[in-house]
Amino acid sequence: MSLDTVKNALEHPGVEQPFAELGLKPDEYTRIREILGRRPTSSELAMYSVMWSEHCSYKSSKVHLRQFGDKMPENDAMLVGIGENAGVVDVGQGYAVTFKVESHNHPSYVEPYQGAATGIGGIVRDILAMGARPVAVMDPLRFGAAEHPDTRRVLPGVVAGIGGYGNCLGLPNIGGEIVFDPCYQGNPLVNALCVGVMKHEDIHLAQASGAGNLVILYGARTGGDGIGGVSVLASETFTENDGGGSGPAKRPAVQVGDPFQEKLLIECTLELFREHLVAGIQDLGGAGLSCATSELASAGSGGMRVELDTVPLRDHTLSPEEILMSESQERMCAIVEPAHVARFMEICDKWDVIATVVGEVTEGDRLEIFWHGEQIVDVPPRTVAHEGPVYERPYARPQWQDTLQADAAERLPRPGTAEELKATLLKVVASPNLADKSWVTAQYDKYVLGNTVLAQPEDSGMVRIDEESGLGVALATDGNGRFCKLDPYTGAQLALAEAYRNVATTGAKPLAVTDCLNFGSPEDPAVMWQFAETTRGLADACQILGTPVTGGNVSFYNQTGETAIHPTPVVGVLGVIDDVERRTPIGFAEEGQIILLLGDTHEELSGSAWAQVAHDHLGGLPPKVDLERERLLAEILIAGSRDGMIDAAHDLADGGLAQALVEACLTGGNGARVVLAEDLDPTVALFSESAGRAIVAVPRSEELRFSDMCKVRGLPCARIGVVDGDTLDFQGHFTVALDEVRAAHEGTLKGLFG
Amino acid sequence: MTIRVGVVTFPGSLDDRDAQRAVRIAGAEPVALWHKDKNLQQVDAVVLPGGFSYGDYLRCGAISRFSPVMESVIEQAQAGLPVLGICNGFQILCESHLLPGALTRNDHLHFICRDQKLRIENVSSAWTSDFAPGQEITVPLKNIDGGFVADERTLDMLEAEGRVVARYLDVNPNGSRRDIAGISNAAGNVVGLMPHPEHAVEPLTGPTTEGLPFFTSILKRLVNA
Repeated sequence: MSLDTVKNALEHPGVEQPFAELGLKPDEYTRIREILGRRPTSSELAMYSVMWSEHCSYKSSKVHLRQFGDKMPENDAMLVGIGENAGVVDVGQGYAVTFKVESHNHPSYVEPYQGAATGIGGIVRDILAMGARPVAVMDPLRFGAAEHPDTRRVLPGVVAGIGGYGNCLGLPNIGGEIVFDPCYQGNPLVNALCVGVMKHEDIHLAQASGAGNLVILYGARTGGDGIGGVSVLASETFTENDGGGSGPAKRPAVQVGDPFQEKLLIECTLELFREHLVAGIQDLGGAGLSCATSELASAGSGGMRVELDTVPLRDHTLSPEEILMSESQERMCAIVEPAHVARFMEICDKWDVIATVVGEVTEGDRLEIFWHGEQIVDVPPRTVAHEGPVYERPYARPQWQDTLQADAAERLPRPGTAEELKATLLKVVASPNLADKSWVTAQYDKYVLGNTVLAQPEDSGMVRIDEESGLGVALATDGNGRFCKLDPYTGAQLALAEAYRNVATTGAKPLAVTDCLNFGSPEDPAVMWQFAETTRGLADACQILGTPVTGGNVSFYNQTGETAIHPTPVVGVLGVIDDVERRTPIGFAEEGQIILLLGDTHEELSGSAWAQVAHDHLGGLPPKVDLERERLLAEILIAGSRDGMIDAAHDLADGGLAQALVEACLTGGNGARVVLAEDLDPTVALFSESAGRAIVAVPRSEELRFSDMCKVRGLPCARIGVVDGDTLDFQGHFTVALDEVRAAHEGTLKGLFG
Repeated sequence: MTIRVGVVTFPGSLDDRDAQRAVRIAGAEPVALWHKDKNLQQVDAVVLPGGFSYGDYLRCGAISRFSPVMESVIEQAQAGLPVLGICNGFQILCESHLLPGALTRNDHLHFICRDQKLRIENVSSAWTSDFAPGQEITVPLKNIDGGFVADERTLDMLEAEGRVVARYLDVNPNGSRRDIAGISNAAGNVVGLMPHPEHAVEPLTGPTTEGLPFFTSILKRLVNA
C-alpha cells in the first residue's frame, strides 16, 4: 500500500476507508472528517480509532464517572486526582503514594499468560510515570466455575503470567482476590493493582511543554504485537469463537511482555528522575504511540512534531499505521530539555536501554507526524486524546431485577442438626471461593524488596515505606459480583466498605480509593443501568467515608454473546499506618486470648457464600450497608492497634463468622472455643454476611479496656469465645478438629489445579 | 575496623538492596558493585544477590557469568575471597565453575515462594561458622530454577568432603538431589545457597531472623583474621 499523506488525503477525498473494521462507528468517522475538514489519512484514522475506543476514551462511562469528582469529599491528602496516569496521595513525612488498579481482561482470556503478564507491566509503568518507585502489586482475579475445563486453561496461565512477570520485575505481590463464578466463564477478569512511593517533589506529569524540548522514546523496540488491543480486543463483545481453543483470531492483538526489559526501564527511569532530567513523561500502554504523543501534546502548552521513521523497530516491515497502533510493551516517552539530552542518553546507555529522539515540542498547537519527510498526521491533539465522543447511553432497570430480589435466600432450607451444621461449615470453607489460595499465592514472590509486613492471606497487604520511622501503607481490594447483581448500588458500597474495613483491620487509616469497574456491554441498557447504579453508589459512599476516588479504569464488553458478567466493581482502598510495628495480623497466635465479635449480625443470607455453596442460589437483597458504622468500626480497630490492645483482628465478609474464625485459627495455628449468640439461628450466626463486623483477639488484661472503649463509642462488642486447643468448638453445637478443617480448606485448589 | 561487603548488581538483580540491608543489619558496610565494573573496591567479601539477571535468558546465570565484574570475582574467589551466591547468585557461581553442579527447573515446574526449613550441615565454611552444628532454621525460598543437580560422583564427593552446607527439611521444594539447598567449594570460602537468608534478618519482614548468622559468620571470620 502506498503512503497515505495529508497531501494525498486532500487530493483524494473520496477514498473509502475501513473505519468499521478499526472499531469506529459511522457517526464517529463523520466527526473526524468534520474536525479535520477533510478525510483522515490512514495514520490519522488509526490514531483516532484506538484513542476513541471505549477503553481509551471512556465514551460510555464519562458522564457517570464525573460523580467521583462532583461528590469528592474534602480531603487534604489528595495531591493528584483522576485524569493522570494514577492518583497521588500524601501519606506524611514528605512521602507521596500513587496507586491504581486496571483491567487486562480480554487479552487474558485470549492468551492467559501474556495477557496477565502485560497487565502487570502496564500498571507498573503507569505508577512509574508518576515519578514513583513501584513497591508492590496485587491481583484481583475472577474466573469461571472452578471445575470447568476452560478454567484449567485460563487460571494456571494467568497465575504463571502474573508470577512470571511480577517476580522477574522484583515487585512483591501482597494480595488480591480469586473468585470463581460461572458468569465469568468466557470473560475472566484479570485486574492488576500497583502502588508506588516517592517524595512530594518527585511527582511527574504527562505533559509536553516548552518549544524546542525533545521527545525521547526509550525502552523496547516497537514490534507488531498488540495492534488494536484497546479497540478490536478490549472494546468489543467476544463472540463464541474468540477464546479457548476454538479460534485464535484475536491473539495478535495481545501484547507480549519482557519483564527483564521492564526492570531495566524502571531502574533507568528512576535514575533519570533522580537527576531531574525529565520535564514530562508518559508510558506507552494501550494505544501505544498514538496515546503517548497525543496525550503529552494535549496536556502541554504547545504542539508536537514527530519523525515516525526514527522509531526503533523490531520488524522493519511495519507500516506507519501499525507503528502508531502497536502496543509493544516496555516503552516510555519523555520530554527532555535539549541541555539534558546528553546526560539522558548516558543513563539509558548505562542500563542498556535504547533511547531515541523521535521529535520535539513545537510552538504550534498541532500534532504533526512525518514519515521519511512526508506528513502523515496533522491533527489538534486534544481532539484525539481528550475530546473524544461522549455518549449518554440509554439505561433501564432490567425487568428481571424484581424477580431476582424477591427470591430471598433467607427462605432456603438450613442445616437441621449439629452434624449437618458441621458438614455445611466444612463444605463452605472448602468451596473454591473460600478455600485457601496458597496454591496460587505461593507462585508469587512476596518477600522481594524486604519491606513486606503483611501479605495474603492477611486482610490487607502492608509495606513499609520508611525503614527509620516505620511509616507504611496498607492496601486491600474487594468486590462481590453476586451482591452487585442483586443490587448494584448497594453492592458497590459493600465492596468499598469491605476494602475499607480490611485496611482498618490491619491498623491502617483508610485514605483513598481506586476502582476497576468490570461490566458487560454498555450498549445493553440493563448493563448500563448496573453501571450507573454502581458509580452512584460508590461516589455516594466515598463521600460519606471521606475517601476520594483517585483513579482507576473501566472495562466494558465483558460478555459473550448476550450474556454479561455480574457487575463487578473491584474497589481498592489505600491506608496509611504511622508505624508498621503496630500492624494487626489475622491469626490467633496466643492461646487464652479473648475473642470479641464487633458489630451486629442480622439475618442476611441472600447473595452469601452459604447460599451459593449449599444451594447454588443467587437471589434476594444483599446485606444492608451502614457507612457510619463502618467508620466507627474502623476507628475502633485503628485505636486498638495503635494502643496495643488487640493482637489479632479479622474482618467478616464472605462466609461470615465461620470463615473468619477458620482463617484466624488456621493462620495462627490455634483452635477456639466459641459460643454462638443464643438469639440467632446457628446458620445465621455462622454464615450471615452482615457488613460492619470484625472479630478481634485481645489479651485478657486488655479485654475490659477494649470493650469499654466500644461501649463508650456505641459499637456492639460481644465476647464470643477464647483461643484454645486444637479444635474449633462451637459449644452446644459441634466440635471439629483443626486438622480436619485444614485438610478441607487447603486441599481444594491443589486438587483442582495442582 | 569496618568490614566491607560488596553486593553486585547485574541487570535484572532483584534482591541486591535486600542483601545490602542484611549486611548492614549484621554490622558490616555494604558496598554496591556494578556488573560492568571490574573494580571490586577492595571489599572483604562479595554477595551475588538473587534475581533474574539478564532475564534468565539462555540459562540462569549464563550471561552474568561473563560480565566484567565476574572476572575479578572469579579470580579473587580462587585466591580466597569469601563469596556468597544467593539464588540467582548460586546459579552464577555454578555457571562460573566456582561451584560444581547446576540449578534446573523445579520438578513441579512452578515458581515457589515459601518459608523453608533447613538444616545447616557444615559450620566450617566462611558463611556458616556462626551456626551451631545441625542447627535447624527457617528462611524464605523463592525460585523457579532451584533444583540442584550434579552427577552421582560429584554428589558423593560433596557429601564426603562435607561441602553440603544446608539441606532442605520436611519438604524438598524443587526436586534438588539429596535435598541439597547449598554447597561450598573445597576451600569453604565460596558458598552457593538457593534459599534467601537476606529475607530473614528482621522480625517485621521475615518469617524469622535465622538468616542473619550467614552474614555475621563472615564478619566474625574477617574480624578474627
